[in-house]
Amino acid sequence: MSAGVAPVADAVQDPAERIREAARRLVEAGDCAPRPARDPVNEPMINNWTEALGDANPAYPGIAPPAMVQVWTMGGLHGQRADDDPLGAMTRVLDEAGYTSVVATDCAQTYARALRPGERLAVRARLTDVAGPKRTALGEGWFVTTVSTWTVDGEPVAEMMFRILKFRPPPPPPPPRQVPRPQVNRDTAYFWEGTAVGELRIQKCGECGALRHPPGPMCPRCGATRPGYVVASGRGEVYSFVVHHHPPLPGREVPFVVALVELEEGVRVLGELRGADPGAVRIGAPVEVDFDRIDDELVLPAWRPR
Amino acid sequence: MSALSGAASVVGIGATEFSKDSGRSELQLAAEAVRAALDDAGLRPSDVDGLVTFSMDANAEIAVARELGVPRLRFFGQIGYGGGAACATVGHAAMAVATGVADVVVCYRAFNERSGHRFGRVAAGATAAPTSGGIDNGWQYPVGLSTPAATVAMFAQRYLHEFGATSEDFGRVAVAMRRHAATNPRAWFHGRPITLAEHQASRWIVEPLHLLDCCQESDGAVAVVVTSTARARDLPHPPAVITAAAQGSGADQFTMTSYYRDDLTGLPELGLVARQLWAQAGIGPADVQVGMLYDHFTPFVLVQLEELGFCGRGEARHFLADGGIELDGALPVNPHGGQLGEAYIHGMNGLAEGVRQIRGSAVNQVADVRNVVVTAGTGVPTSGLVLAVG
Ligand SMILES: [Zn+2]
Repeated sequence: MSAGVAPVADAVQDPAERIREAARRLVEAGDCAPRPARDPVNEPMINNWTEALGDANPAYPGIAPPAMVQVWTMGGLHGQRADDDPLGAMTRVLDEAGYTSVVATDCAQTYARALRPGERLAVRARLTDVAGPKRTALGEGWFVTTVSTWTVDGEPVAEMMFRILKFRPPPPPPPPRQVPRPQVNRDTAYFWEGTAVGELRIQKCGECGALRHPPGPMCPRCGATRPGYVVASGRGEVYSFVVHHHPPLPGREVPFVVALVELEEGVRVLGELRGADPGAVRIGAPVEVDFDRIDDELVLPAWRPR
Repeated sequence: MSALSGAASVVGIGATEFSKDSGRSELQLAAEAVRAALDDAGLRPSDVDGLVTFSMDANAEIAVARELGVPRLRFFGQIGYGGGAACATVGHAAMAVATGVADVVVCYRAFNERSGHRFGRVAAGATAAPTSGGIDNGWQYPVGLSTPAATVAMFAQRYLHEFGATSEDFGRVAVAMRRHAATNPRAWFHGRPITLAEHQASRWIVEPLHLLDCCQESDGAVAVVVTSTARARDLPHPPAVITAAAQGSGADQFTMTSYYRDDLTGLPELGLVARQLWAQAGIGPADVQVGMLYDHFTPFVLVQLEELGFCGRGEARHFLADGGIELDGALPVNPHGGQLGEAYIHGMNGLAEGVRQIRGSAVNQVADVRNVVVTAGTGVPTSGLVLAVG
């Protein structure tokens, strides 16, 4: 917490209110103590900078490029933020509240005059605004605005408005569900290709028209080996069902219902019955097909009450 | 009566202890059980010329033969479909003996089903096998129906619906098995009977199955020795004559998920076995004194009573309520406590108990036993036996 700013009372429970209270105190505290530059404005650093940026302006290194102003007061490789730095203090408050991610959104610099080699700068910063919580594409967050002022011997030479968004990162996507995967072969491919496009397909004999599930390569009624399929209405009734409690299964939360459904077309198909109270499922209950998308390659047949 | 009926007998039975952690390899369990069965039969490993096991067994016939020092094998094979293989191992052995293909065939099943690979867990890779079974599993496992209990629960729910039965009717099977096991020192649940209220209060596994509807998980092994009934006369124990041996698979058969038939309340594959058993043995249900019924889950015990003809379709709950499967009931079932009470050895411990009941040496011996019917895994292609006093 910045020097001279009392911690927000623990009694303030509402997280947003705690953030606003901390912001109000930091804004009131105004500028932090000036932090002197490690080195004076110097030609070698100007040359390195303009060379790297390909800026051949002949005014350099007689004067420093104005946009270099931040360079002179950088903390260096092992630099640490001062205890009373208001952006650091506000960042800690927002981190603790769960707004742990950061992205810079705005930066605007104003230059009073050019800087010359030999001049020694100092920088001070103040918090000017904390706005939020706001919903953003990145997640819920707070916009934190600070203004930094560079001085030479107390004379303001440049100013920068800097705004960041501190946001709560969205929860990581749930891990992919791992379920045993069916083996797909010549005899069964039509079924799984069907579920993938939202169709419940039933094998239909290309010769005698007999419907069959689970499918197979040869019609047990007429012996033909040219099966096709029809797309089922998807409507049926629970012929039997179980409520699974134990053991835990990969990809599912217990208890869950697996129903053997007799379709209007007369064949039975197994699938999880979702969206039903396990204690209220009854044989004969009307259901319709649902599709349980496991990933891009596997969609399972499932049921929902109708 | 068929040519098979009576030609062969079970002359030796052997087993390891039944535990939750055997502390030794499955091959050692198999070898110990086979040796114990041979000792019981008064035979030596050099007498053995046939070995039969389950395709699910991890111990190949040649591995067991090596451990026993069996010098030559003329007949060997593995039967598929999980516990459905139990009686079929003896059936195949009997056929080999009856036809002179082999003289002495040992059938065995050995596993660390509790401390090792547990069947009650979701079988990893069940849908991956590049086989018709792997394809079949693809209709079931991905949508969340992926344990044996769940597959049986689907049948059980429909059974309850069609016949007005309740979970308590299933519970009566569990209570009877635990009561039988309570007086069997070899049983895991020796001295630990349960009440119907405890069955009802046990947690859900997969509705409508409670925990106490599901058999235990066990480590152990059982082996039985089959030879000709003629040779059996010279051996130490009275033979358990194999008067019938049959297998069965029904229309539109799947492994545990034959859900696409007109009716889900029966086990037509077992009905097929039953009709063969009665025809081969020349007897009917009324001639049977003890039933060794496969009890991995309670609901299928009711269906077996119906398919075997001990009661009418949908009437098993009345048979149970009348005490029909108790030791003094119309058909004492699993006097050793079954897989719910003694141990889960894929049906082979029930087969061994059937032999003891024929010999008159069981701990919960039923009086005046002349015929025992033995069944194997249900919900799968299955098998059965009739054992008789010689
Ligand atoms: Zn056809």
